[in-house]
Amino acid sequence: MDLTQAVILTIVTAATPLLLAAIGELVVERSGVLNLGVEGMIIMGAAVAFAVAKLSGNPYLGALCGALTGAAFSLLFGFLTLTLVTNQVATGLSLTILGLGLSGMIGESFVGQAGVPLNEIAIPVLSTIPFIGPLLFNQDIIFYISILLIFGVSWFLFRTRAGLRLRAIGDNHHSAHALGTPVIRTRYLAVMFGGACAGLAGAQLCLVYTPQWVENMSAGRGWIALALVVFGSWRPLRVLAGAYLFGAVTIGQLHAQALGVAIPSQFLSALPYLATIVVLVLISRNRRLTLMNTPACLGQGFVPDR
Amino acid sequence: MRIELERRRQQSPLFSIFSPFLALLLTVLAGVIIFWLLGKNPFSALYSFFVEPLTEVWSLHELTIKAAPLIIIAVGLSVCFRSNNWNIGAEGQFIMGAVAGSILPVLLPSMQGYIVLPLMMLMGMLGGAAYAAIPALLKTRFNTNEILSSLMLVYVAQLFLDWLVRGAWRNPEGFNFPETREFHDYAILPEIVPSSGPTNYGFVFAIIVTLLTWFMMRHMLKGFEVSVLGQSTRAGRFAGFSNSKMVFFAFLFSGALAGLAGISEVSGAIERLQPVISPGYGFTAIIVAFLGRLNPLGIFAAGLVLALTYLGGEAAQISIGLPDKIADVFQGLLLFFVLGCDTLINYRVKLVFDRTVKEGGVS
Repeated sequence: MDLTQAVILTIVTAATPLLLAAIGELVVERSGVLNLGVEGMIIMGAAVAFAVAKLSGNPYLGALCGALTGAAFSLLFGFLTLTLVTNQVATGLSLTILGLGLSGMIGESFVGQAGVPLNEIAIPVLSTIPFIGPLLFNQDIIFYISILLIFGVSWFLFRTRAGLRLRAIGDNHHSAHALGTPVIRTRYLAVMFGGACAGLAGAQLCLVYTPQWVENMSAGRGWIALALVVFGSWRPLRVLAGAYLFGAVTIGQLHAQALGVAIPSQFLSALPYLATIVVLVLISRNRRLTLMNTPACLGQGFVPDR
Repeated sequence: MRIELERRRQQSPLFSIFSPFLALLLTVLAGVIIFWLLGKNPFSALYSFFVEPLTEVWSLHELTIKAAPLIIIAVGLSVCFRSNNWNIGAEGQFIMGAVAGSILPVLLPSMQGYIVLPLMMLMGMLGGAAYAAIPALLKTRFNTNEILSSLMLVYVAQLFLDWLVRGAWRNPEGFNFPETREFHDYAILPEIVPSSGPTNYGFVFAIIVTLLTWFMMRHMLKGFEVSVLGQSTRAGRFAGFSNSKMVFFAFLFSGALAGLAGISEVSGAIERLQPVISPGYGFTAIIVAFLGRLNPLGIFAAGLVLALTYLGGEAAQISIGLPDKIADVFQGLLLFFVLGCDTLINYRVKLVFDRTVKEGGVS
């Protein structure tokens, strides 16, 4: 494997958790719900995935439990915002605060222990293709899932009846309700899907990216994922491009630090966050484009009239 | 069985007052369950978490030191949230306020005298306000989501402080420790009653800020403007209020207060800059603001309650051997319960049993 391939491989690994969390949140937001708890769900998924993988010795079981934890945790958000119609911004924040606290307690006894990494699965024939073979077809299972999810979600949202209903709910929940579409049930399912994706993103962090448990190891990835959804203007393939762009920025600054570039390491570490702001500005300054793509009911509570 | 909401004709006066107390009660109940699950005696654990810190004079002083920044930040955030602007980067504005306010004692230590402290406070407020102006500018000029931009700036501020104290501002006589020189005596916020304990004038700032903001929101046109624009931009426009000016006002106001909290904390409690100067005050203050129902007087009480969870977390670590993360868990749960209970103010919550199930029929 040459250097270019090695670098691209690390970019892909850095991008996968962003991609997973963002595609989950994309579905949630398309249904009209803004869940700011992505960071909390990622870190909960990571803590549980690490603990289960470590205790059972099976990283696949760990990843599964990470995803399930994310989904279960998101139900807390769902119950408050969908059933009790609380403020979505504040509720999402509390999910993040609670997640950071709970994960710290779960992970406390695992600090400094070696993790159980997920191994690569080489896909026969395809993985022998020169250059792209080792990059795309000799990866861990979470990478394959992330790619399948992008295309799956894209197909679901724009090619199926259920996807059309979900988008309709996000754009006008009152009309959708009047037409008999189950608004709240659909939103619950979307929120849980988002939670599962975020949980799996967390599992990727502690089973693939850096196979160990570190407190607050999500390091703002949940927030970057939220920004990616805006960046991708709520379209899966654009989110895919955005995630890999951010993976490249993250890895680029790490390599620059390793090479000892004469810029203070803190400035390089701040790059992904600054890049997020710049990208958000560039995308949202075009008001027409944003208005056209933003789900019209995003963040609004819905109480059905009976 | 499912839960249905029915909108009340008008806000329930009962729950407007009692919903925060109900939320506190539910949090304590959740605490009993958590401690029990962790295999601790729930009642002695709750005692050492919530009561013990209140039994000694020195810990009451600690309580005011922890509460002051929470109250100052949260009062600023309440104005911001009421105007429907979501500044969740107070933690970053706190840091930048602390940095700007520390310019005098760190870079010009030869400048002494009673003028230093007021200047530091002023520069702290300016620093926080300037940092909060960034998301406000991006929101008004480029339509950028202020939640994400203000939050991203928190990470940037943390890294900036880290760079300062390890690089340009590191104490030349400090044996390479990542911290600035200690503040000189004129740059330290004095204690109110030195013979009793370390409570400093930061707590006085908290009281003043609370009262002034309460007065503004209750008796001044500006307060009315905040509420009107927060509830409906359209209605505000008809009244001749400018929404983009309000975005700036909300961010500068909350940023300045976060900056004041930052420089007060550094000058009153830490007395130098170091890589980490806040245990997450900027985020906890969001909980304080909501627990206080976005009312400055309520926030004052809520700040004391949340400060108690910090002390309780430390106490739980020492006396019952629980990780201090338990404080975060309580804070997160508290915000959940506060938000959930607030639903009772505007809605009647009903349990509905499905008739088909009750009659045993097939649907």
